[in-house]
Amino acid sequence: MCGIVGLFLKNPKLQPQLGRHLSAMLVEMTGRGPDSAGIAVYREPVKDALKLTLFHADDSYDWDGLAKALKKRFGAKPEIAVRASHARLTVKAGADEVQAFLAAEAPDVRVMSAGDTIEIYKEMGLPERVIARFDLRHIEGTHALGHTRMATESAVTTAHSHPFSTGRDLCLVHNGSLSNHNRLRAVLKRDGIAFQTDNDSEVAAGYLASRLRHGRSLTQALEDALADLDGFYTFAIGTRDGFAVLRDPVGCKPAVLAETGDWVAMASEYRAIAMLPGAEAARVWEPVPAKVYAWERAH
Amino acid sequence: MPPAPAAEEFDLATVAIRDLNAALHAVPHGTNRRHFRVTNPRGAHSIAVGLTEPVQVDVMGPTGYYCAGMNKNATIEIHGHAGPGVAENIMSGVVRVRGNASQYAAASGRGGLVIIEGDAATRCGISMKGVDIVVGGSVGAMSAFLAQRGTLVVLGDAGENLGDSLYEARIFVRGKVASLGGDCVAKEMRANHLAKLDRLLKAAGFDADPGSFTRYGSARKLYHFHADQADHY
Repeated sequence: MCGIVGLFLKNPKLQPQLGRHLSAMLVEMTGRGPDSAGIAVYREPVKDALKLTLFHADDSYDWDGLAKALKKRFGAKPEIAVRASHARLTVKAGADEVQAFLAAEAPDVRVMSAGDTIEIYKEMGLPERVIARFDLRHIEGTHALGHTRMATESAVTTAHSHPFSTGRDLCLVHNGSLSNHNRLRAVLKRDGIAFQTDNDSEVAAGYLASRLRHGRSLTQALEDALADLDGFYTFAIGTRDGFAVLRDPVGCKPAVLAETGDWVAMASEYRAIAMLPGAEAARVWEPVPAKVYAWERAH
Repeated sequence: MPPAPAAEEFDLATVAIRDLNAALHAVPHGTNRRHFRVTNPRGAHSIAVGLTEPVQVDVMGPTGYYCAGMNKNATIEIHGHAGPGVAENIMSGVVRVRGNASQYAAASGRGGLVIIEGDAATRCGISMKGVDIVVGGSVGAMSAFLAQRGTLVVLGDAGENLGDSLYEARIFVRGKVASLGGDCVAKEMRANHLAKLDRLLKAAGFDADPGSFTRYGSARKLYHFHADQADHY
């Protein structure tokens, strides 16, 4: 069992409260996932630069030292904003060259997300503890996904926690278990997808990244997933401008969607949605199995 | 004769579910404490489960997993949507959902009447064993899977694999059926079926013509293994 929540704000006036509302939803899903928790939040897009969220197991890691090394290698000094074990890094360089640099010079540092908008914060422990540790209640943004994990098939570590980032500004959270992930991981590795863990959900994330690289739209990639992924799943997928929800054709894993004039929300259970302002007047429905639901912000 | 006492109220903003259910279980037999209201349910689990007395419980909002589970004799009305497993294993009494119901509504129910005024999601009435279910909207895929006894009435449409591996439950659908499950077939609507359907629609409070429904039931071909089907495996 796991818990999933997602909140996509339609009313920009609510953006300063995104962290508060998403945190309330996440805490409500504690019973579904007490092992670890995490969020992906879309905020403060950077221009002509790369935004990374990095993780180091030691809270006292010398992020300034890393910034200096990056300046030496790439010229301009990157901006670093530290939240407990994670740091947001904004650097004027390409994703591949920064990742290659980190792999060589700071192998203990793990890349949690890369893009121009996404940030991921995840850690072991109860949702309340994870929220407090990263001060997530005060985080603002346009939309966010969250996950509370009850581990079933791989270890409880920060790296095994959700969300899994899967490509630029793309992330996935999963409730369920996949049965063909080992074979699929091998196929995807040959296709150039790198994996950090042996977790099944990371394979789903890698699968979507692979399909998108092959030119499929997010909706098409999710439709492909219906044929290629075997197992139980409710997925929520975050993109730079929106989010999507998909349940497997049997639809065992729960999901509820709700929409008002101010927001669209997704959760494993209604009680998480009940935490949102105006929930009692929202249109509430259960997503049909094997149907892709997607929202995108208009530009 | 004194007026009926006002409904006793439980506000789940301040009362724990365990205390609510303990209080409902403690209602003595034959009492005139007959009416209870549960406010602020906000999707909580296991509201009003395992009741045995013929009381009326109004739940004033959406419920989470297993509301009204194992109900016996009580009349429980949910004034909102119901989460997964509403009225699971109902024995008798009435459960009415004013909104939609999530998956496996009335699963394995042995008796009583479950009314869902909106839609019911997948596996509505799975393994039902005698309960009558009336759905005002549509039902999702795999509804009445392995249904053994009782009646499923759907005023709207039914999703894929309706009545798969059906035993002796009866299914009546007014709208379209996406597909029938293994061993489920359309059957002739006879006078006794029309009468039964008419009674159920009236009991559920729906104004619909029984003649506009199609009856589905078991072809009874899965009851015994046929040697001539061996090459299917």
